[in-house]
Amino acid sequence: MSVAQLSVLVIDENHIRASIIEAGLREAGYQAVSVINELDGVAQHIERSQPDVIVIDIENPNRDMLEGLFALTRSVQRPIAMFVDKSDQPSIEAAVDAGVSAYVVDGLRKERVKPILDMAISRFRAFSRMARELADVRSELEGRKMVDQAKAILIKARGISEEEAYRLLRKTAMNQNRKLSEIAQSLVTASNLLEPQEQKP
Amino acid sequence: MRNDLFPVHAGFLPLIDSAILVVGSEKGFAEDEGIDLTLVRENSWANIRDRMAIGHFEVAHMLAPMPIAAKLGLTPMPLEIIAPMALGLGGNAVTLSRGLAESLNIGSDGTAFAAAPSGKALFGEVQRRRIGGLKKLVLGVVHPHSGHNYDLRYWLAASGIDPERDVDIVIIPPPYMPDALKAGRIDGFCVGEPWNSVAARDGSGVIVTTKSEIWRSSPEKVLGVSLEFAERNPEVLKALLRALTRAAMWCEKSDNHEELAHLLSRIHYIGIEPETLLPSLSGAFETADGTLHHVEDFFIPFSRAANFPWRSHALWFYSQMVRWGHADWDASQTEAISQTYRPDLYRSALATFDIPLPAASSKVEGGLPRTVPVGASKGSLLLGPDGFFDGKIFDPDMIEAYVLSQKT
Repeated sequence: MSVAQLSVLVIDENHIRASIIEAGLREAGYQAVSVINELDGVAQHIERSQPDVIVIDIENPNRDMLEGLFALTRSVQRPIAMFVDKSDQPSIEAAVDAGVSAYVVDGLRKERVKPILDMAISRFRAFSRMARELADVRSELEGRKMVDQAKAILIKARGISEEEAYRLLRKTAMNQNRKLSEIAQSLVTASNLLEPQEQKP
Repeated sequence: MRNDLFPVHAGFLPLIDSAILVVGSEKGFAEDEGIDLTLVRENSWANIRDRMAIGHFEVAHMLAPMPIAAKLGLTPMPLEIIAPMALGLGGNAVTLSRGLAESLNIGSDGTAFAAAPSGKALFGEVQRRRIGGLKKLVLGVVHPHSGHNYDLRYWLAASGIDPERDVDIVIIPPPYMPDALKAGRIDGFCVGEPWNSVAARDGSGVIVTTKSEIWRSSPEKVLGVSLEFAERNPEVLKALLRALTRAAMWCEKSDNHEELAHLLSRIHYIGIEPETLLPSLSGAFETADGTLHHVEDFFIPFSRAANFPWRSHALWFYSQMVRWGHADWDASQTEAISQTYRPDLYRSALATFDIPLPAASSKVEGGLPRTVPVGASKGSLLLGPDGFFDGKIFDPDMIEAYVLSQKT
């Protein structure tokens, strides 16, 4: 049986992460991949598409619902178990650490499902890394904006040049052993506080 | 934080019966016993179970049937869980949408939250829908293997409603229940507090009965402990049980309820304003017409052996798992199932405490119409009242007959 014949359902409320996993699976040759972003109607979807493997974010609060559903499908001879091999502790740990949970039709051989799980794990990790980097970039941009504002305040208040304002901020940061953006933030906050309030009529 | 403390991580869900763990950690009881107890709020019972299986949590706030489900191999990963302590008795309620509860006149004529009249009213509605060919009622519970599911099913079945045929029971995480009710996706639910009170306060739901009305002094959450951790660290577990017992005593005192409500209202615990948490601590709830009614023993954190892990509780849950097709009946399994609950560990941890401990490890459930003194290790221990609303009793020595009597 070729890999293409296993059908995989990805349930993820995060659209971007869902498409990253979907793309990875398709590149690896899995053709029958479907994605749902919302849990409404998930029962009907599973009944219709009869997936062999379900990949879902481990933090998804609807996992209890999904497991309740599987408990029901037990009665119609469609048992689904979490993880392909209960004895494969390292692979389970890797999945949980990466934030992936997988439900697999009972009886599927480990070798057939492991590549899917591995793919999901690495894509989940890549996504977390990306999200972290994005957050870093954002905070750096915020920081830069803050420094620009602080410089403007100094230029206006003390009549110094932009370069002098920057040097002053940097020196203060070094003396206080704090980040440049933190010093800038303090100055901007203080300046806002000191700004004359609008007079009420 | 002292660095000589033994770290213990506990997963929990935002529910009122996480109180003992929260207080154990926040009020210094764990630290006094040499434990650094870290609480981690989780999104699902599945996650609590899985993170215990891979060693993230040594202990957890757990649904009482979970150690049994693990023993029966119903969990996706191999995991042995024991329950050396219960986290109180009661704490759940059944809420219906306001429209439904009002149309059925539930709670009028002074019946308030009594389980029989509210069940009878719901039976009428189910009949009406069946005859009229109308859509079945949809009711939410939090997990298939949960006290909520079994409480709700017990109440429905004893009221003449077949939970399999007459209604649809769906699984929804506790904090999402009020929204599902508001949006009309469900007609009612059985869940732990404060989620009934949240729905009642925003006007979308009405509490129609409580766990304590269905079965007075009934088991709900346990302290689930990974067997591997318990065996490797017996002294740490004893220390934790002592700390949590002190926390439970603190939670029981009504003078502390205001502070407890504030503590639990913090965003990383339950994250709901204290006013909505207080009813479950005081037992004072509003009926459909807005009258305040006191529910006896709504939630018992400590007294009357509320933390004792009765083996008969484990067996009652097993009887219900069999009843609803969640497990097969196997008489040879009952011993192993009752041993997931560990009164022996509870007793040995509290040997030095000046509190009376039950002499027996198992009891007839539902057999105490009023509070009575029972045999105890020291002093006098009061138990009960303990009764099912339909008057039935569960004798753990006659579990097979009980299981057979519930087959329909």
